Parts: sequence; C-alpha cells; structure tokens
Amino acid sequence: MSWETVIGLEVHVQVNSKTKAFCGCSTAFGAEPNTQTCPVCLGMPGQLPVLNIEVARKSVLTGLAINATINLESKFDRKNYFYPDLPKGYQISQFPLPIVEGGYLDIPVPDGEKRIGVTRIHIEEDAGKSMHEGLEGVSHIDLNRSGVPLMEIVSEPDMRSADEAVAYLKQLHQLVRFLDVSGADMEKGQFRCDANVSVRRFGEELGTRAELKNLNSFRFIKQAIDYEVARQIELIEDGGEVVQETRLFDSAKGESRSMRSKEEAHDYRYFPEPDLPPLRISQQEVDAIRAGMPELPGQLRERFESEFSLSSYDADVLSQTRELAAWYETLVAAHPADPKRCANWMANELLGRLKEQGKDIADSPVSAQDLAGLLDRIADNTISGKIAKDVLDAMMATGVSADAVIESKGLKQVSDSGEIDTLILQIMVDNPDQLEQFRAGKDKLFGFFVGQVMKASKGQANPGMVNQRLKDLLKG
Amino acid sequence: MPFSSLSDLKTRLDAGETTAVELAQRYLDRIDAHNGDLNAFVDVDHQHILDQAKASDAHRAKHGARPLEGLPIAVKDIFCTQDGPTTCCSKILKGFHAPYDAHVITRLKNAGAILVGKTNMDEFAMGSSTETSAFGACRNPWDVERIPGGSSGGSASAVAGGLVPAALGTDTGGSIRQPAAVCGITGLKPTYGRVSRRGIIAFASSLDQAGPMTRTVKDTAMISAILCGHDSGDSTSVVDAPEIDWLAACESVDMKGLRIGKPKEYFVDGMDAGVRAVVEAALAKCVELGAEIVDISLPHTKYAVAAYYVIAPSEASANLSRYDGVRFGQRCDKPEDLVDMYTRSRDEGFGSEVKRRILTGTFALSSGYYDAYYLKAQQVRTLIRQDFLDAFEQVDIIATPTSPIPAFKIGEKTDDPITMYLSDIFTIALNLAGLPGMSQPCGFVDNLPVGLQWIAPAWREDALLSAASAYEGATDWTTKSPAAFDGNTAGGES
Repeated sequence: MSWETVIGLEVHVQVNSKTKAFCGCSTAFGAEPNTQTCPVCLGMPGQLPVLNIEVARKSVLTGLAINATINLESKFDRKNYFYPDLPKGYQISQFPLPIVEGGYLDIPVPDGEKRIGVTRIHIEEDAGKSMHEGLEGVSHIDLNRSGVPLMEIVSEPDMRSADEAVAYLKQLHQLVRFLDVSGADMEKGQFRCDANVSVRRFGEELGTRAELKNLNSFRFIKQAIDYEVARQIELIEDGGEVVQETRLFDSAKGESRSMRSKEEAHDYRYFPEPDLPPLRISQQEVDAIRAGMPELPGQLRERFESEFSLSSYDADVLSQTRELAAWYETLVAAHPADPKRCANWMANELLGRLKEQGKDIADSPVSAQDLAGLLDRIADNTISGKIAKDVLDAMMATGVSADAVIESKGLKQVSDSGEIDTLILQIMVDNPDQLEQFRAGKDKLFGFFVGQVMKASKGQANPGMVNQRLKDLLKG
Repeated sequence: MPFSSLSDLKTRLDAGETTAVELAQRYLDRIDAHNGDLNAFVDVDHQHILDQAKASDAHRAKHGARPLEGLPIAVKDIFCTQDGPTTCCSKILKGFHAPYDAHVITRLKNAGAILVGKTNMDEFAMGSSTETSAFGACRNPWDVERIPGGSSGGSASAVAGGLVPAALGTDTGGSIRQPAAVCGITGLKPTYGRVSRRGIIAFASSLDQAGPMTRTVKDTAMISAILCGHDSGDSTSVVDAPEIDWLAACESVDMKGLRIGKPKEYFVDGMDAGVRAVVEAALAKCVELGAEIVDISLPHTKYAVAAYYVIAPSEASANLSRYDGVRFGQRCDKPEDLVDMYTRSRDEGFGSEVKRRILTGTFALSSGYYDAYYLKAQQVRTLIRQDFLDAFEQVDIIATPTSPIPAFKIGEKTDDPITMYLSDIFTIALNLAGLPGMSQPCGFVDNLPVGLQWIAPAWREDALLSAASAYEGATDWTTKSPAAFDGNTAGGES
C-alpha cells in the first residue's frame, strides 16, 4: 500500500529591524532579561502601539520577492489568549487581511524544480519567554522578546516529503537573508518552523493533519516529519485514526508527543485591533521598494555563469549568500583579468580553508584585495599556482599580503633562462643514465627531468620555462 | 469663590488678586470639608498640590503665565499620572503607580495647570452612576441620596459641588455628558481622534475619548484648546484634524440662521416628562435666539444601545486581559498553579459589572458567535454613522436631551443592568459615530439638573461651542449652584 505525504509549513521569521514592531525598544539578542522593555511592550495600562513602518516595508519586499500580491490596505487584529509571557493577553497580528497574499517559491527537487505556493505573509509581534528550568515553585519571565516583529510565512500544503519541506525552508531561509529582512539565525529563534503533516492513500482526499511545533533546525524538521509520517501510517494501517492535534517534537528523543487536541485548541477570538488604523501603503511606495530589490540567488547564479563564464557549480557556491556574492564581485573587480581564476581560488582554496577553521567569509583573515594580490602574482608568473597555495596558507595565518609573504620567504619564481639552464645542465650531469635512455627515445622520461628541475629549484622555477628549456637542452 | 468659573479665576490670577497657592489651599479646604459627603475624590495629596501651586507662582513671576497657569483641575482616576496611584477605581489596580503621565496630563502640566487629585468613577468606566467604584458610590451635590451619573461621576460631582473649578473625564458611551447633565455642569466629548488616548486606561478603544467637565462653555473651550492635538504615540490620534479657534467659537451670542435638528427618536414616550418639557423649553429659547428647529429622524437610533453593548464589551474583554496578576496590581494569595492565579486574581480584583462585560464581550467574539454579534454590531455602527451624515445634510447641529431621566437614587438600579444601560440611550449613538457632543445645563426637574445635548459633524466642536455659548448667554443656568454646598440654589426633592 503506498502513501502520499502532504506537508504545509508556517514559518516565523524575525524581521531584522533595530526596534520592536510597536515600540522603540531594541531587538538586540542576548541582553540581560527585561532590560529591553518599555511600558508599551510590558502591556502597561493605557499604553498604545505605533507600527514600526520598517517592518511593513520589509514584509512588502519579501512579498515582492515571492511574486505575491501586496495588499495596499491591510489590517491588524488581536489574537486573544492568556499566557504569562504575553503581557497584554493578546497578540497583535493580522488575520483576515494580511499585508501579503498568494506568492510562490521554486525549490530544487531531484528532477528539476517544483513550485510551492505561499498562501500569505502577515505581520505580528512575538511574545516574551517563560523560564521554568532550574526554578523551584516559581517561573521567570523575560519580556525582551515581547513585541519583536515577526513575519509569519504560510505555505500551501504543496510539499510531498520531508526532503521537499527542507528544500523549501532552505530556499526561504536563503531568500530572507538575501533580502536582508531577517538574520534568520535559527539558534537565536529568528527562523522558526511549524509543520502541518498528513498522509493519504494516493488519489484520496486530504487526511487529518497534525501540527508539529518547535522545529528549530533543518535536521530536526526532517526527523520530526519522517517520525510523524511513520506514526500516522502505522496508526491507520493498524486500523486507527489520526486525530487533529498539536504535537511537540522532542529533539533529544527524536519523537513527538501530543500537546493539545482539537477540543483543547484555543479560541483566539480574533477581532480588529482598534488601537491601529488600517495599514495603507501606496503603489508608489511598493514600486520604490521593488526598485530597491537586491539581486536574488537565482539571478546572481545566472549572471555569474553568463558574465564570468563560471561553471554552474562555482556560480552556485558563490551565490549562496549575499556576503559571498559581494566578496566575489569585489575580488573580480580587483583581479578583473580572470574571473574564473577568482572563482576557483575563492570557492576551492579560500572557502575550503575557512570551513576548516569554522569561519564565515565575513571573518576571513584574507581580504578580497589581498587574495586578488595573490592571483596577480600567479598571473605575472612571480609564483606558480602550487607555491601560491603555500602563500595563501601563510596569508591566512598572518593576515599579511601575498607580496610580503613572497618577499619574506623568498618564494619568487625563477624565470631567468640562464639560471634555469644552469639547473638543467646540472641535472643532466647528475643523471647520465636517464639522459641516455631519453635520447634513445624513451620520451616518458621528460617528466622525470621536469620533476628533478622543479625539486632542485624548490618549486620556484617557472614551470613553463622549465619545459621549454628542457625540450631544447635534452636534445643535445 | 467655590463656584467661580475657570476663566474668572484666570482673570483674578492674571490681575494679581490671588495666587495659585491661595487658590489651591481654598479648594483643598473645600475638599476637606465636603468630600466626606460626596466621595468625589479618591486620592488627594495636599502637599503635592501645594508644591505644584508654589512652582506655578514662581513660573508666573519668572517667565509669565502659561494658558492654564495656576488653575486647579482634577482628573478622573482613569488618567495615568506619575504622581500618586492610578487605579481606575478597581481593586485589581490597587497600589498601581504608573511610571508615566497620560499624554493629556503632560499637556495640562505644560500649560501650567495644578493637578488636584483623582476623582471617583465607575470601575474601569463601566457604569452610568459611579456606584461600581471600588472606593464606594459617589454622590450628587444636588441631592446626596442620588447618583452623580457616570462613569465620570467623581469629576462631575467635584465641579458641581465647588470642590474644584474644572475636571477631566472620559466618554465611551456618554460618561462625560450624562454626569455633566445630571450634575448641572458643562461637558464635552470631542471627535474621536481629536484627543490622544495614550496613558488613559482603555475601556473600549474605538469609542473612548477624553474631554473637559467645567462650569461654563468658555471653560470647556480653554481646556479643550490644551487637550486637543495630534500625538504620534497614539495611532488613532488624527494627524491633520481641522484646527479650531476654541475661544473665538465661544463669542457667539445668537443663533441666527442656525438649523437645529430635533430627532424624533430622542423625544419619545417613556422618557421623563419633566426632562422632555425642560428640553423643549430650551429649544424654544433657541428659536428666540434666531434658530430654526428642523424635525429629523435618525432611524437606527433604536439599535445603538444593543450595538454598543456588543462592541464596547468585546473591546473591553481584550483590553482588560492584561490585568492578570503577573506584572502589577492584584495577585491572589498562594496560587496553586497558573490557572488558579489567573482565575482567583481576576475574580478577587474585578467587580461584578466589569465581570459581566468581560463575559459578554468574550461571548460576542467567540467562534460561532462572532458574525451574529460583533460583525452585526459593526454593521449597525456603519448605519448609525450614515444616519448622522444624512441628518447633517439638512441641519447644522442636532439638539437632544442628554439623559432621559434626572439623577436617580443610589442603589435604585444596581440590580437591573438593562435599565441602567438605558441611561445612556441618548449619548451612545454619537460615540459609535465618532462625533463630538456636548452637554450643558438647561433647567431643573424637581430641583434636579437637566442637560441639553448638542451633536455636531466630525471636527466641528466649534459649532457646539457657538450654539452652547449663545444659549448660555441667554439663560442663567450655569450660575446655579447647590445650596447644600454653600451655593445659591435649592437642591434635592424639596
């Protein structure tokens, strides 16, 4: 019996504005508890929200990037529920009329691309944080996060496997970072995912779904969905029924448990937020936001392939993040003669070394200008590509320029034909047997002589010249 | 002196005939002498008031007088103030001290006013009689056995009793105008969006509006000029509201050419015959002053109270969720768990009328009922707004009784919320429509004051002030004061 999995995702993306959604408090992560609060985000009597317009602009930008409709008038609503870390007893959100509706994301799948519908993006405020662990008989509440702006991005139930769900999330994660609308740091809770999962036999109506909460890494998301799919299939095959419920994934145990059933579900009693007038954005503002849209990953990849003739692999690597792409373009600007060499050295050599050190491109001890300096020395034959790798190691360790490394270590390539001839003649004298065999027609030994000369020069001899001179001199 | 108008006091201060300290002391003496009878004030800090007055006299001497320099003004206990407690007359906010001033409090302070303490009110402004206060019922100076109206009953009682020359109230469904009417003073509810709501404890956010309660029309204008204006901290405060020359609007002495609409739905069988007669007589006076009375209809008036008692409690049910015992105010002793803490703290903290409205609102917003109640009420609201727009095609201003009945006896209606809600039958519709309204004294029934309500198009408070000052100039109702409190007029059922 074959089963089809149906997945829809709700992603809470923290908008990276400096201040909160409805007050002037900082959104910086990691401050002492309750130091980034004010009467508004503490829900004090008589306090009123004022929308941070930056949050609306970033939501519009995100909407445009997924080809969605921007609602020029959207509305705020109150979502009512009691919890100690929700100071007002309601969350300001958008319910019937969100700022963005109806877009899509194309995600990579094994046989090409698949289009995943995005139902809506709405603006809402985050709640604070309750802390129970290690406390006896009390709970502590940190309201620094209260009022931090979120975009809730809701997909259509278009995904058919955990892998597709992860691909969608990765694509969305990359997009919001490219757009600079979110830091999307999952460890800091800036990109949080809930998954609605159901199974059905092929061709049948949608099955009953369970909502999985608290999925905080791509790995857990895959684990949680796979676990849930297996659980539901087993349940049905054993003659049981899936009940609509919210389940909490326990990453330590790799399993989920029921948090609340449909009957226990909150009635949020949504109604229009009377403290905020409708959010109106003009078409001109939307057009201006669209005009400021940065190049998106797919566009960058294509441009890198066509403009710089990069392989699709290199183009893909270098368009993974905005920072990488910008770094690459700075490098090409500093070493315009050979964009492919730039790509090769950045993608393979530099990023490989950074990865070993657990660093991002932003932390690279070698700047784009310095790497360009190294590539210039390869281009002008001062050093060979092989020596250049050693030079790059030294640059990574010390942060000094290529020229300084070459100078201090005396690595300059030998391109003087007289010097090279002297080396070659010495090798010929030292290896009479091989010379005789070569002259008798054993051409394979040419490589032996190249190797000996390079070794004798400690790798510094210009390989092209060594080849050229050997051809002349070995003939006798 | 106790019944002097704010503008008379200003004249005397400006002429150097008295000082802020002297005024403050004299009103404090009045409060000490009479608040026991009226229960109009719930918090008065003598020393702090005298300190403000000293600072005001010093400011006058050094920099000259600001618009309200040295004038004592009381505020309803719904306005957050950094000085002293702010409780909304609810046990759930017992001991709460706001770390901020309401925006309008800042405006009063900056204008040089002396804040004379907090006045009694219905708990969370929910009521028409100031009987639901956690501090006990407030009393009407015209007859201390009777209610002063509500919810701004403390402010009305204090001004009418000569304990303070002027006060601030808030009006969600009539809470400035109805107490002003039954206490025989003047009160204005400005257009929704004219006055910042920031720092005023919310009852129903789409309806609440603060305004002055004074002895005269000019005093209302003096305070309005300070209160009104855009506040970027309140998103419902309108940025480009038409400006008004408040004092100039009060110079009107006649009503020549004024078309006054008389809505038939506001003169009906079942209302107090005495009140009706007094208001009819007031309209006759307007005709003498040159006005034309035009019979009009506001056909959806009959649905206003029902719509209001869905919308206001719905908003209130959410607005009052923050009183949960977690961060401030009342928390029950030794809660067993979270739910116990919530339920007991709120059960102990809220009075029965507040609970009734939270339950009503929660019900109206519940899944399955939202469309039938909340949504329907919002549709009614649109129709009521349209009624007024249609009426103002024919007339310049509308005149009605403010309250269908004079002040009733304390305890008379506490067991019958529906009858109580009908006290606001003439005031509620214009809150739903967001329009400005005003009540001014226009006579007595059995020695109890009766109010005349004026309703103008949005942003036309100047029209209210002009009509009211013409009427005030042609009559002597504002000169009346209750004899039992050293005034010149017999009060009560004599």
